Amino acid sequence: MARVGVFICHCGENIARTVDSAAVADAAKRMAGVVYAVDYKYMCSDPGQQMIKDAIAKHRLTGVVVAACSPRMHETTFRRASAEAGLNPYLCEMSNIREHCSWVHEDKQAATEKAIDLVRAMVEKVKKNEELQPIRVPVTRRALVIGGGIAGIQTALDIANGGHEVLLVEKTPSIGGHMAQLSETFPTLDCSQCILTPRMVEVGQHPRIKLYVYSEVESVDGFIGNFEVKIRQKATSVDPKLCNGCGACREACPQKKIPSDFEAGLGTRTAIYSPFPQAVPNKPVIDRENCLRFRVARKKGIPIEECTACGKCYEACPIEPRKAIDFSQTDQVVTEKVGAIVVATGFDLYPTDAYGEYGHGKHPDIISGLQFERLASASGPTSGEIRRPSDGTIPKSVVFIQCVGSRDNAKGIPYCSKICCMYTAKHTMLYKHKVHDGQAYVFYMDIRAGGKNYDEFVRRAIEEDGAVYLRGRVSRIFRRNGRLAVLGADTLSGRKVEIEADMVVLATAMQAQLHTDKLAQTLGISYDQFEFLSEAHPKLRPVETNTAGVLLAGACQAPKDIPEAVAQGSAAASKVLGIFSSDELEREPIIASVNENICSGCLACEAVCPYGAIEEKEIKDRDGNVVKVVANVNPGVCQGCGLCVATCRANCIDLAGFSDEQVYAEIKAL
Amino acid sequence: MTAKIEQASIESLAREVELLGGGRVADCYQCGKCSAGCPVVSFMDMLPHQVVRYIQLGLRDEVLTSRTIWVCASCQTCTTRCPKEFDIAELMDVLRALSYREGKVSVSQKDKLTFHRAFLRSVEHHGRIFELGMIQNFKMKTAAKQAIRDPRVLMQDAMMGKGMLFKNKLRLMPDTIKGKSQVKGIFDRVRELEKAEVKK
Amino acid sequence: MKVGYYPGCSLEGTAREFDISVRKSCGLLGIELEELDDWSCCGATAAHNTDHLLSIALPARNLALAERQGLDQVLSPCAACSNRLITAHREMEENEELRGAVEAIIEMSYSGKVRVLNYLGLILSFGIDNLRAKVRRELANFKVACYYGCLLVRPPKIVEFDDPEDPQSMDKILTALGAEVVDWEYKVECCGGGFTISDPTLVETLAHDIIRNAETEGANAISVSCPLCHANLDMKQSAINARFHEKRNMPVYYVSELVALACGATPEEAGINKHFVDSYALIR
Repeated sequence: MARVGVFICHCGENIARTVDSAAVADAAKRMAGVVYAVDYKYMCSDPGQQMIKDAIAKHRLTGVVVAACSPRMHETTFRRASAEAGLNPYLCEMSNIREHCSWVHEDKQAATEKAIDLVRAMVEKVKKNEELQPIRVPVTRRALVIGGGIAGIQTALDIANGGHEVLLVEKTPSIGGHMAQLSETFPTLDCSQCILTPRMVEVGQHPRIKLYVYSEVESVDGFIGNFEVKIRQKATSVDPKLCNGCGACREACPQKKIPSDFEAGLGTRTAIYSPFPQAVPNKPVIDRENCLRFRVARKKGIPIEECTACGKCYEACPIEPRKAIDFSQTDQVVTEKVGAIVVATGFDLYPTDAYGEYGHGKHPDIISGLQFERLASASGPTSGEIRRPSDGTIPKSVVFIQCVGSRDNAKGIPYCSKICCMYTAKHTMLYKHKVHDGQAYVFYMDIRAGGKNYDEFVRRAIEEDGAVYLRGRVSRIFRRNGRLAVLGADTLSGRKVEIEADMVVLATAMQAQLHTDKLAQTLGISYDQFEFLSEAHPKLRPVETNTAGVLLAGACQAPKDIPEAVAQGSAAASKVLGIFSSDELEREPIIASVNENICSGCLACEAVCPYGAIEEKEIKDRDGNVVKVVANVNPGVCQGCGLCVATCRANCIDLAGFSDEQVYAEIKAL
Repeated sequence: MTAKIEQASIESLAREVELLGGGRVADCYQCGKCSAGCPVVSFMDMLPHQVVRYIQLGLRDEVLTSRTIWVCASCQTCTTRCPKEFDIAELMDVLRALSYREGKVSVSQKDKLTFHRAFLRSVEHHGRIFELGMIQNFKMKTAAKQAIRDPRVLMQDAMMGKGMLFKNKLRLMPDTIKGKSQVKGIFDRVRELEKAEVKK
Repeated sequence: MKVGYYPGCSLEGTAREFDISVRKSCGLLGIELEELDDWSCCGATAAHNTDHLLSIALPARNLALAERQGLDQVLSPCAACSNRLITAHREMEENEELRGAVEAIIEMSYSGKVRVLNYLGLILSFGIDNLRAKVRRELANFKVACYYGCLLVRPPKIVEFDDPEDPQSMDKILTALGAEVVDWEYKVECCGGGFTISDPTLVETLAHDIIRNAETEGANAISVSCPLCHANLDMKQSAINARFHEKRNMPVYYVSELVALACGATPEEAGINKHFVDSYALIR
C-alpha cells in the first residue's frame, strides 16, 4: 500500500506569492495514497529537511514528493535527507512548482490549480518508483592535461604533486605557451621566462608527468573515471632518446628565413628548430612543410627515404652510432587510459589585418602587443632593444592603441579582452625604461585594472614614467614621410588629436585558439559563439564543464591574466584530485536497460545514443552459436537521456527512474 | 553654464530621435572614433561624439542650434568606422531636419541652408537642377554677405562661371522634364504629410 | 551588355565630360545604354539634409521609372545619385510602411527589382580581361592616384561596393589600361562634397590635402568617378592654389575619360577639353 508524504514549499515569496502553498497541501491530503501533507516556508533548510525525516519515520512513508524549486537545485538535498531517514533516495521526487509554475504565471488561482495538478502527477509517479542503487565504476587515476601553457603546467604539477600520473599534451614542440613569449609580466615586472622556466623544467623532470609534445588529441571515448584517449604524436623527425640537444643541426640548416611563430613573425628560424633556447623538451623538430628534403620529395613524388636533397642536419648530427635525425619517422597514434581531462589550450590573438584604417596589417611599424613583447624581450629578434621593424631605428614616439578588435560589435568581438589595459601600461613602462627620451601615448576607452596592485601599476605608468593617456579611439593611421600620423580623439579635452609616431602598437583582442570547436566536439563539451569553452556555472563552477570528468583552466574558458590562469589551473587540479580520491566513482542509476526477449536487434537505439553507450550483443546458445543479436546498454556510460527509449519501435528499452509506467502515471494523473 | 539634466528630457529626446530614424543613442559608448575620423571637425563647434552626448543628456536645443550639424559633409566615415554600428551620419540628417523645421539653424551656416533651398526649389520647378538659375538664386541671397566676408570668393566664382560657359558646361535655359508636374506633386504631397504630422 | 542609364543633373551641366566619356567609353566597349525616360533629380544632399521622406521619394520615382521601362540594372555614374538611389531602394526594401508611403507620394509602384551600378561596378561586371582586350593605346605616361571619395564605398552596409578603407576597383581598371597606380593615403578622404559653392573654405582645405598627398606619393594625375570630387579638385584647383599660395597643376580625369582614351577615343571625344586644369600633357 502506498504511503506518500507530500511537502509543499513556500520558498519565501518565490512560490507563495503566486501559489497558495497551504491550499496545495490541503488538496494533496485528499489525493489517493497520500498519508501526510504539509506546507512550509523553506523545505531546503535544516528544519525543513528534518520535517521530511521525521515524517518518514512517523508515518512509515513509502514515497516522498517535495513540491518546490527545480530538481537541479535541491534534488540531491532531499534525496540525501530521505536516505538518512532510511528511505531509498530514489523514492523521493521533486515537483517543480517554482520555475514551472509560480515564476512563469501571475494569476494566483490558476497557478495554484496548476501546482495541484503538478503535485498529483508526481504523487502518481512516485507510487510506481522502484528502489535503485547507485552504480559503482572504477576510476583510472591518471589525468590528461591538454595544453602546455602556464595553466596546463600548473594543473599538471598540482596533480602530479598530489600523487597521480599526468599526461601533458602540447601541440607545439615545447611547453611554455604564450607566457614564454612575454618579456616582463605585470604588475611586478618579473622577467616572464625567469619565473616560467623553473616550472617548465619541473614538469620536464617530474617522475609522474609524461610529456607528449608536438602532439594532439585525436579522439576521446568513455566517461568520467574511464576515458580512452588517442593521442597523435606528430613526426618530429628526431629521436628524442638519442638527441642531446646540442644544436649542431640547427646551425647547419641552410633554410634560415622561415617566419618564427615564437617571434610572432618578427624573427626567423630554421627548418629544423627548437622554438626558443629554454624549450622543454630541448629537442628540435623538423618543419616538414619547409624542410628542403621533404619539399623536394613531395615535388618529385618520391618517398622520403629516396630523397637526397640537403640533409645537412643529418650530416652535422654528432650522435653515434646512429644519428638522432630520422627522416622516415612517422606520426604515432598512442592510446592512453585516463580518468579525468583538463583542457588548458589557451588563446590566440585577433589579427591586425582586420582593420583597413590601421593599415590592413601590412605596415611593418604597426605591430601587435605580442610583437612588442618580442621586441622588448632580451631573447627576442632585437635582443631586447625597441627598434622599428622597418628600418631598425629606435622609435622616439610610440602610440599604443587599446581595444583593437575588443568591445567592437562592428568589426571585432563585443567582449573586453581584460588584459590589454594592464599590458599596455606595462609596455609604456618597458619602453620608457629602454628609451629614456622616448614618449609613449596610449589611446584608451576605459582602464580595467581590477587586480591586486593593478590600478597602482597603471598610475605609476602615467605619474612616474610619463606615459600620456588619451581617452578616445583612433580613427586612422596615415603613412607620412616615413613616420606614422595617428588621428584619434581625446574626449576628455573634447578635441580631435593628431600624433606623429615612429611606431604604433595595437592591443588586439584575445580569442579562442584556432580549432577549439573541433577539440570541444571531440571531448563532447560545450562552447559559446566565440569558441570559448563553457564552464558549468559562471559563478559557482568556473573550472568544470557540463561533461563530468572534463575540466577547464586558463584562457580557453575566457580572457584572463596569468594569476587567474594559475588559480584556475590549481582549481581544476583540485577537482581532479577529488575524482581520484577513491578507487571507485558512484554514478546515478538512471540508466536504460534492454528487454532482450523483445529486442529485435534493429539497433536504432545505438544510432541515436549521443554517448555511444549502446552496443551490439550476441546471445549464444549452449553450443556457442549465435542465436540472436540484441542491443546492450553499458551502465557505466549511459547518461539516462532517454533518447533510445523514445526511439525504440518495439518499446523494449526502458529507463530506470523514468520508466514508461512512471511516465504514463504522471500523464494520466493530469 | 551648468546643464540641467532631467529624466523627462532624456527620455523624450531619445524617443524622438529613435522614432525619426536616428538610432538608439544609449548604444553610443562615447569612444570618440567618429570625431577622430571626421574630416571637417576643425569647422565645427562641438565634436560629433559630443552631439550624441548632448542628446544622451537630453540637451536638445544646444544640438539643434550648433554649427556642427550643418558643417557635417555626410561623408559617412563616422558611420563606417563606429564600433557600435551606430549610424551617426543618419542622426545628423535627423537633427538637420529638426533644426530646419524649427528655425534653429546656426547663423554661421545659413549659406548652406540657402544653397539646399535653392537646389530644391530648382528641382521642384523643373524636375531637374537648372544650375544657372539655382546659382543665381543662391548668389542673390548670399553675395552681399560674402562680399564683406571674403570678396575673393565672388571673383573666383565668377571666373568659374565664365569657364563653365566657355566649355559649354552651363546651360543657359532650363531643361524642364515632361513629368515636371509629377515632381511638383511629390513636393506637395510630402509637404501635406508633414503638415498633418505637426498637427498631430 | 545593356543597362539603363541615369545621368543625373550634374552630368548635364558641370560634369558634361563625365556624361560624354561614359557614353563614348560604353560605345567603344559595346555596352548599350538606355537612358531612363524623363528621369528627374535624385534630391542629392539637399533633400536628405532637410527632409527624409523627400530624400527617399525623389530617387524612388526614378527607380519606379526604371522598373516600368523593364530595366533591372541602371548605371548611375554620379556617386551622390547612385548612393541616394541605392539608399532609397534599401530603405524601402527594409521598411514596408515606408515603401507604401513613398509609393503613394510618387504615385507609382516599385517592387524592388532595380540594381544600381556605379561606373566602376559597370566596368568590373563587363570584365577586366575583356577591358584589357579592348585597349588600343596604353596610358603609359600615367602615374595615377585613384581617388574614390566617400559615396562610392560608404556606408559599406548600404552600397556594398569594394572595400571602404582600401578599395581596389579603380586601381584594377587603370592598371588594365596600362597606367601605373600609386599607393597613397587619401583614397577615401572626403573632398567636401556638395559644399563647392556654399562653403568654399571647407572644400579648398580638404581638396588641398588630397592633391598634395597625391603629389607627395609620386602621382602625376588623379582619377575620379564622381562629379563633386571632380569639381572640387579640378574646377577649384586655381582657388586652392590661391588660398595656399602654391602653383600646382595636377590634372584630374574621370575614370571614364581614361577608359575612352585607352580604347581609342580622341581627347575631345573623351571630353578632356572641358577640364579646368590642362590635362593634355600626359596624352601626347
